Amino acid sequence: MSPRRTNGPSHAIRADQRLIAGMVEPGSRVLDVGCGNGELLELLAREKSVDGRGIEIEQDRVNAAVARGLSVIHGDAETDLTDYPDGAFDYVILGQTLPEVRNPNEVLAELLRIGTRAIVSIPNFGHWRHRLHLLITGEVPSVGFVNARWYTNPNIHPCTIKDFVDLCEELGIAVERSVQLNRRGHAVRFRGAGRFANLFGEQAIFLLRRQR
Amino acid sequence: MAGNAPTGFRVELGERDPLVLDAGQKLGPFTMAYQTYGALNADKSNAVLVCHALTGDQFVLGKNPYTGRDGWWPLMIGPGLPLDTDRYFIICSNVLGGCMGTVGPKELDPKTGKPYGLGFPFITIADMVRAQAMLVDHLGIDQLFCVIGGSMGGMQVLEWAVSYPERVFTAVPIACATYHSAQNIAFHEVGRQAIFADPDWRGGSYLAEDTKPRRGLAVARMAAHITYLSEAALHEKFGRRLQHREQLIYDLEDLFAVESYLRHQGEAFVERFDANSYVYITRAMDYFDLAARHGGKLAEVFKDTKTRFCVISFTGDWLYPTSDNREIVRALNAVAANVSFVEVKSDKGHDAFLLNEPVMFDTLRGFLNGAARRRGLIR
Repeated sequence: MSPRRTNGPSHAIRADQRLIAGMVEPGSRVLDVGCGNGELLELLAREKSVDGRGIEIEQDRVNAAVARGLSVIHGDAETDLTDYPDGAFDYVILGQTLPEVRNPNEVLAELLRIGTRAIVSIPNFGHWRHRLHLLITGEVPSVGFVNARWYTNPNIHPCTIKDFVDLCEELGIAVERSVQLNRRGHAVRFRGAGRFANLFGEQAIFLLRRQR
Repeated sequence: MAGNAPTGFRVELGERDPLVLDAGQKLGPFTMAYQTYGALNADKSNAVLVCHALTGDQFVLGKNPYTGRDGWWPLMIGPGLPLDTDRYFIICSNVLGGCMGTVGPKELDPKTGKPYGLGFPFITIADMVRAQAMLVDHLGIDQLFCVIGGSMGGMQVLEWAVSYPERVFTAVPIACATYHSAQNIAFHEVGRQAIFADPDWRGGSYLAEDTKPRRGLAVARMAAHITYLSEAALHEKFGRRLQHREQLIYDLEDLFAVESYLRHQGEAFVERFDANSYVYITRAMDYFDLAARHGGKLAEVFKDTKTRFCVISFTGDWLYPTSDNREIVRALNAVAANVSFVEVKSDKGHDAFLLNEPVMFDTLRGFLNGAARRRGLIR
């Protein structure tokens, strides 16, 4: 059985998708990278009247999204974002998939080249349970996936909230907002994205802006 | 709109303002043959132009009165189908240069009173589209809700979107490309040479001399037909099966089932298609290169487009492979245009767009419904 994401893409709106939607200004231009079946795009179109586009690597999900009336293309975030012109979108969204790309730094830079802002959510490998799992069992945790072993889960670049914040700083990207989520995907309040958040946030969502 | 005459609608266009062709000549007045299905709504916002492929015609539904064959897109167009005739007003015209009623090499040249033959001016995909635009003007329609077509029909869709962007609300190019590749030109040239090599072609004036290059046109069709299928489809359908034989025989009679099939395809085609039309239309496709005609940069041709695009390709299509279709998508992305792109898994080859491909239908239904809501056609 192939690895399955613990939190979608499914047909239901995930709690983290609601939080992402909450960061988007009504009527804006949005590109959802790795949009799955298009649940978030549909939510954004319905509730925020956005001009939405999607890009998805799994053909079956692309077909499903287009059949829902969404503007979605079959493509790969690592190679196909280069087609878009600078500043084409108000928001570029990347949900959960950053640890799965070959060059997270390049993808992140691309998001903020084609978008004025980016909204990126990541699973936090620095959460205390994952740290404890490794410490006690001596096995690498397959964060974000069920039925996955270390060699079958798609995470090739696991990162923590701290790692991600450091990368943003390196790339000259400002974190405008960050939200940490608990196990059920609901927001939990920590101040900033510091050590406490890195230990107790299961996932995090960042609203990013180009700084230089 | 009243019901169609048995042989369909015909209209004389270009009487006052003739059609100026890319080759420089002027054409007009000229006859355009077309069919319509469904009804045009009061604000004329529900019109869909269907563009047919190389050997297609305007008879998308019902029986073709000339050939007795069934319409070529019955799974796509009709009540409750993706192009729902209860919602949309469907227009399909025979292309310029065709042989189903629109002016082409087999029609009479008013100057000589004889069939045009090779006296017919050379035409391009853009000329075909200009003629269609004149027909759409004649029908009093400003903006088409959708322009859709596969293969050469897809080229016309792209040309529409580029030449008349404000007149195209949605564009659906299927299994096509922004230019005709060297390989595709090569296949066409084989077909044309087969026709030219037939002594009955008579330098193109076979109609005046009451002959028909049957062998040449049949061979052209046989060669082309192979390119419309995939190897997998041929293997599955025929393999090395023998036709009417128990074992191999050592002569040149019909032996393999695939031979028999191709011969039948060639013979049937000759009954319904004009050889010179085939020559002119394949030539028009060879000329096609959107970017070259608009300064060389493909993305530039779509700049500022408001049209919503849905590009569809098929995995088994080696004539217009997904990579060609993706070029369209890349160019549209480069100007942040509104585009959807679906690659349908199918081993049926290029002809898949004419066949029962549920993913294509589901995709188009969703895409068109979404656009129809925006256009106010669905409340």
